[in-house]
Amino acid sequence: MPDPTHIDIDYVARLARISLTPEEKETYAHQLHDVLVYFERLGSVDVEGVEPSAHPVERVNALRADEPGPAFSPEEALANAPARRAQQIVVPKVVEEA
Amino acid sequence: MKFEAVIGLEVHVQLKTRSKVFASVGVGFGEEPNTLTDPVIMGLPGVLPVLNHEAVRQAVRAGLILGSEIPEVCKWDRKQYFYPDSPKNYQLTQYDEPVCVGGAVEIELPGPARNIMGEHRWVRLTRAHLEEDVGKLTHAGDYSLVDYNRAGTPLLEIVTEPDLYSSAEAVAFLNALRMLLTEGGVSDCDMEKGQMRCDANISVRPAGSSTLNSRTEIKNLNSITGVRQAIDYEIRRQTGVYAAGGQVVQETRRWDAEGGLTTSMRGKEEAHDYRYFPDPDLLPVRFPTQEVEALRTALPERVFDRQRRYQETLDLPYTLTSVICYDFGLARYFEEALAVYGENPKALANYIANELQRERGAVEGEGLLPLEDVAMRPADLAELVRLIDTGTLTKHAARTVFVEMFQTGEGAAAVADRLGLKAEPQDSGALEAICRDVIAANPVPAAQFREGNAKAINAYVGPIMKATQGKANPREIHEILARLVAASD
Repeated sequence: MPDPTHIDIDYVARLARISLTPEEKETYAHQLHDVLVYFERLGSVDVEGVEPSAHPVERVNALRADEPGPAFSPEEALANAPARRAQQIVVPKVVEEA
Repeated sequence: MKFEAVIGLEVHVQLKTRSKVFASVGVGFGEEPNTLTDPVIMGLPGVLPVLNHEAVRQAVRAGLILGSEIPEVCKWDRKQYFYPDSPKNYQLTQYDEPVCVGGAVEIELPGPARNIMGEHRWVRLTRAHLEEDVGKLTHAGDYSLVDYNRAGTPLLEIVTEPDLYSSAEAVAFLNALRMLLTEGGVSDCDMEKGQMRCDANISVRPAGSSTLNSRTEIKNLNSITGVRQAIDYEIRRQTGVYAAGGQVVQETRRWDAEGGLTTSMRGKEEAHDYRYFPDPDLLPVRFPTQEVEALRTALPERVFDRQRRYQETLDLPYTLTSVICYDFGLARYFEEALAVYGENPKALANYIANELQRERGAVEGEGLLPLEDVAMRPADLAELVRLIDTGTLTKHAARTVFVEMFQTGEGAAAVADRLGLKAEPQDSGALEAICRDVIAANPVPAAQFREGNAKAINAYVGPIMKATQGKANPREIHEILARLVAASD
């Protein structure tokens, strides 16, 4: 396991869309490192002959019938929106261009 | 140096269901903004997605139509990214265990002319996976607006192998896919409603070479014209880069329909770190083999299989099958008429491809009158053709009868009676007298007939019909003519 300085904390923060102070970066890099170390312990388990599994519970097919249920009113749907216009949520312009 | 293009497509198709894929709220298009959401769609804390059985069934049905293998188990993954078209920070999709694996789609390349069949070829599929659609963004001055009505609509992403070599082939693929999936009732594939959208991966290489150069991915292709123009533009652009001694950069580009060009979407590279992992809220799906087989048995005939059958066993020309088979509604109409009257497939096909289409187009309003709104039912058309074949209606009179049937929805015999267009059993003495007069007025065809030109007596039919106001039975006319002409020898 590399030491905490090997974690690109700026990259991780950017992916999560959070901004961190230098102190926070230091703190979180260490915490993240500890998490990774903890998960490393999984590597010591003998999984010879065990099929990879997508879910901890051995169940499949939790399905529902295709019947439309209730919808939010627009008022409910937009209740958390910081800004709205024309019954839509207003966000900063997001055109993916140069 | 000559270059050739290599193209792969990723096609997103909205599956037909009544409710969303992981939430029970209904699906719809053109509704007031943000009226088709619920706590799951809005990604509120503590909600639990539950998979719509019909969405999986539709995805499996699509896979079977496309010749895919349906693995015993498929599972759900989170694709993480932040973008306002998704209220939560991930999209539910399938990463490494999709619902459909492999497959192939038969396409028809453009023929040398509209009325000549083009070459057929198979395009291999890599996979198809089920995922949730995202919301719709509308860009205004310095802000964007978000409508989450579309979010959570079941979406099948169909990925092809790089098996396409021109924009025309890409368009042929999309057309074939649309025909197959609409036939199967899996999707309406209406690009104008966003039910079918496409990204294209394009690279160019020296003609004849087998290397794969770096490719660009073109996003935002939501019309057939867009697909054609964007691919053509991108092939020209990349060819130009190589011709000038440069290198094509692997990147995502956006098709700008107004400017008619593709532009780089820089800064997108980092967003490709999607950190997929299995979704802990959703259980894997094991689709029982007998259910797969039941769906397989119920599949409609594939479009080009039907076309071959019509051409080979019903002897219909390509000009008719290309109209009737490429529109599943028309094909069904034809089949239903054929089931009622199977003696004359060509006449049925002709009426559907020509008269029916013309009358549907003549109705006021945009485009063709929807087939389900056409009052004239397939059995009525079958009856009309039967009346022609049995000599009760002349082809000429049938045209008038058809238009009236189309407009009123009445049966063929009823319309023919009401308009007095039925070929009536004439007083055969009177009909024979008319025939004699017509022959006497023009003896040349009679002489030709006796010299062995059997068709010559057809020259008399027109004047006789005119004299009887079109009501004479054509068969009877022919019988009398043949008898009189032969006897007058």
